[in-house]
Order: sequence, then structure tokens, then C-alpha cells
Amino acid sequence: MSAEHIIELNGVHKWYGDFHVLKDINITVQKGERIVICGPSGSGKSTTIRCINHLEEHQQGQIIVDGTELTGDLKHIEQIRKEVGMVFQHFNLFPHLTILENLTLAPIWVKNVAKAEAEAIAMKYLERVKIPEQADKYPGQLSGGQQQRVAIARSLCMNPKVMLFDEPTSALDPEMISEVLDVMVELAEDGMTMICVTHEMGFAKKVANRVIFMDEGEIVEENEPNEFFNNPQNERTQLFLSQIIQH
Amino acid sequence: MPVNHKKSPSLPPPASEVGIVVWVKKNLFSTYANGVMSLAAIVLILLLLPPLLDWAFFSATWSGSNRADCNEDGACWIFIANRIDQVFYGFYPAELHWRPNLAGLLLIGLTIPLFIKSFHYKNWLGAFILIIYPFIAYFLIHGGSFGLEVVSTTKWGGLMLTLILSAVGIVASLPLGILLALGRRSKMPMFKSVCVVYIEFWRGIPLITVLFMASVMLPLFFPEGSDFDKLLRALIGITLFQSAYMAEVVRGGLQAIPKGQYEASEALGLNYPKSMGLIILPQALKLVIPGIVNTFIALFKDTTLVLIIGLFDLLAIINLALTDSEWLGFDDEGYVFAAFVFWVFCFAMSRYSIALEAKLHTGHKR
Repeated sequence: MSAEHIIELNGVHKWYGDFHVLKDINITVQKGERIVICGPSGSGKSTTIRCINHLEEHQQGQIIVDGTELTGDLKHIEQIRKEVGMVFQHFNLFPHLTILENLTLAPIWVKNVAKAEAEAIAMKYLERVKIPEQADKYPGQLSGGQQQRVAIARSLCMNPKVMLFDEPTSALDPEMISEVLDVMVELAEDGMTMICVTHEMGFAKKVANRVIFMDEGEIVEENEPNEFFNNPQNERTQLFLSQIIQH
Repeated sequence: MPVNHKKSPSLPPPASEVGIVVWVKKNLFSTYANGVMSLAAIVLILLLLPPLLDWAFFSATWSGSNRADCNEDGACWIFIANRIDQVFYGFYPAELHWRPNLAGLLLIGLTIPLFIKSFHYKNWLGAFILIIYPFIAYFLIHGGSFGLEVVSTTKWGGLMLTLILSAVGIVASLPLGILLALGRRSKMPMFKSVCVVYIEFWRGIPLITVLFMASVMLPLFFPEGSDFDKLLRALIGITLFQSAYMAEVVRGGLQAIPKGQYEASEALGLNYPKSMGLIILPQALKLVIPGIVNTFIALFKDTTLVLIIGLFDLLAIINLALTDSEWLGFDDEGYVFAAFVFWVFCFAMSRYSIALEAKLHTGHKR
């Protein structure tokens, strides 16, 4: 195993009851890579990335994040969650806390950062996602796009080595999608290792260095974006791409 | 062709219809049925309220020393005034009333800073009130150290006892209820079963049974001669009983929190206690404030049941007063007074819960 491999999934399988949701998933991610995972709904893309920080448990195979293998061991899970940030489709900000408190909570309580320092870090990232003026508001007072940018900043405050994005723009009104994607593009340009589940093919073309297509719980095709979009090999990939490009 | 190239200005709403006549028309007599009901309500109020006010205030007797001073047409509040010491303190020795008074004043004094916005040590003060203050209050009221004469719990009574029973019941049953609610949602089957059995057991039996068991049956299990304070037994019974209800109220709140909140706190690396304490419970408890206060109010009123095991709470003291041969026949005054005192406390709790909800409201959910 090369030290540059920050995430490795080796032969990962998962079942919901009798339903085989993930079938032999193998993904290796190098430091600084930007991976986009796409595929029809129910294909297991979200489940795959949710296994990486153990929001879902895999039943077979191996998941290694930054040298730590994910087992049932709580210590390992906590270790990995410190390294891996996650952004959700529905933002999942904490509605009872202000934006600033949303950002400082984990650094203070998980990493024991002093409050003043945590607030300084938080303001730095709020500026980076371009909403420092909202620091004292509550999530309910922000638009969807602003909330999602706060959610990205919240993850960044933990200084993660990898960011997972689970359909970050799917719940947004169309005019707000680009403000979130812009932040993600900037993040990619700064060299953040990212795995994005998304249907934003423009983003994939622009940012990804690899695109993974999943269907029915397996990886059907994996290629660099140019080849993937212009010269898809598999029938199912071709069908999927033709369907999303039609509209 | 551009439809409207200028931004439309925001106009003020149409001149509002104000004034009492408009309000009455709009709210009381908007429809035929509404008008009939409004009229009926007004007639009912006119029929009931004047005689009631007359009885309770205008024709009532407020001062005097015995029955002969009472006015026949109105309430005779001398009956209560004569026994006000017992109503407040039960059989607590009169010369020592300063001790419960001091305990009460101390609590009020300690609580005031909690409502001052700029006061920074609310958490510490809150912890002090919950953890240290009960001991201070116990030593003050019960005595037995620092040279204070012991006043055994059998002499405690009246409103003081009612407040002690409900305050301890409320303060102890909430955390126990929260733990039970978390336990019932636990993924560990054994832990979960214990909590389910506990909740279903205590919810399934009447409080009277609990109190009877605590006072009559429990001593049978203790060695001969060992004296286990009756008040303490009642307190434990009430707390265990109410915590089961509290658990279900809190569980309702926990279930209303979206799964995403759990996932987000997990993904940030918060462990179970931190995620519950910082993210889930603050939201869940806020949601169920009405239910929690409902349980508190029920608990407050249920404390009157301790009279059946021989503790003299407010209602029991009134009952006792009614059997005084000097003052037979003053049931109306006695029960109206007791009802009024209970109502004042319950109404205060209700208003406080509304204020708390408003204060904790942080805009739209999620």
C-alpha cells in the first residue's frame, strides 16, 4: 500500500436484510484526487460514501482511511471521522445553534480547541465560503445555498484530509446551485481530496479527475472525465448519460 | 415586449378596519352560529360571574376572629386566616418558621440571577441550585446539625410540603425520565428491555397504589424497627412513577428529531454522550416543553394523594381544618381556597413554559 493512498475500499459488500446493496466495491483514492460518483437513484452511490465514515456499516471487505482500517472498533471510527468531513444533501445544520456555534461545536468538543481559537478558525472558513456576515444568525434564517455553504465550512473547521459530498446540490433551488459549486471548485483547486456523489455533470467535467459510474450496487465504469463523457464503454453508462443529457 | 420593466413598489396594506365595533363584529358575530354562541357565552358570564364575585369578594368577611364575625351572604375567609400557619407549614413549630422561610427566600434569591441576561455563571449557579441547594434546604428545614433543632418530617405539612414534594419530584423525575427515554431507544437489547419494562410497569399502576405500597408494604421488607422516613418513601414513589411518564414525553421529542441531525453530529466525530447532550436533547426537549410542563402540572396536583398515607399536604390540612368543631360547614371556603392556590401555581408553570418556548424559538426548523 502506497502512503499516498488515502482511501481504499477493497471488495466491499453490504446488505440491507436480504437486499444486496453494494457488490464488490473497489475504489482507491490518492491524496488530492477529486472523484465524482454518479449513477441512477438506488445504485448505491450514497451508501458507498456513507460507508467511508461509517454512517453505514459494511459487512464484507476492507475500508482503509489514511492507514486506519474501519472495523466495529469505536476508536477507529472516531479516528476516521476526525479525518473525514461530510456534506449532506439536506445540509443537516443544527437549528438550535447559531452559524458560528455550528462551526465551533465540533472543534471545541471533539478536538478540545479553545473557544476563541475555534471562533477564529470558524470566521476564516465563513469568509472562505463568503458569508461571514451571517455568523450570528440561525440556520433557519439562511437560504438553502447559504446553509449548504455553512455546512461545507463546518466540515472544513475540523481540518479534514478528505471531504465527502453526498448530493450537495440536489435539495437546492436552481439559482443557488452555482454558489455551492463555486465553493466546491475552489476547494478542489486548493488540493482537497474529494469524493462527490452528484448529478452535476458540468462540475464533474470541470473538477473531477476520475468519474465512477455505479448501477445496481456495483461499479460499472470508471474513467477520467473526458473519456467517460465522450466515449462511455458500458451500455448502462451510455443509457444513463443519454438520459441526463436529453433534458 | 417587456411586460413591466419597472420594479413594483411595495404598497401598504389597505386601510385596516380598526376599532372595537369592527373587532366585535369580525370576531364575535361573524356568522349566525358564531353570534348565537357569543350571546350564550355572554349570558352565561353575566349569570355566573356577579354572584361569584359577590360571594368571594364583596360580601366576604376578611377580618375577625371567630365564627360570629362571619357575614352570612359571603365567604368567610377568617376560617382560612385563622389557620394560615397550618396551611403554609403544617405542624412545623411556629417559632421555627423562619427556617423554611429562609430556605424559600434563599431559593428565590439564587434563582433571580438566572433570569438576568448579562449574568455569566448561569451554568454554575444552576448546578449549585440543583446539587448543593437541596442539602442546604434539607439542613435548614429538617435541622439536626449546626445547632439547629430537629423537626421531624412528620411535622412538615401544608403548602410547604406540597412544594417540597413537587419540587423534588419534578427535579428528580426529569433526568431519570431522560435516561429512560434514551435507554428505550438504545440499540442494546438488554438495556432497552429494562427501560421498557420499567416504563410500562410504572405507567400501568395508579399512583395511589404506589403510595400505599411505599407506606404499607415496603416496611414489611425492612428489618423490624428500622424506620424509613415516610416522606422519603413518598418522594421516591412519586419520582419513580412520574419518571415513567416523563420518559415517554421525552421519547416523543427524540423521535421528532430528523435522522440527519444524528448523522451530522456523528460525521463531525461527536461521540454518543456529546451528540445527545449538545445536539439531540436540546432540540428534543425544546420540542416537548408543553408535554414536560403538562407532566409537571399533573405531578404537582397528584401530590395531594399523599394525604391517604398520612402526610398533611395543603389539601389534607384544609380537610383537617374542616373537621374542627368550631368551624364546621366551611367546606366552600376551604376547597375554593385550596383550588385557588393550586391554580395559581399551575398557571404560573404554564405561563413560564410559554415564555420559555418563545425564548428558545430559533426561527424555522432545520
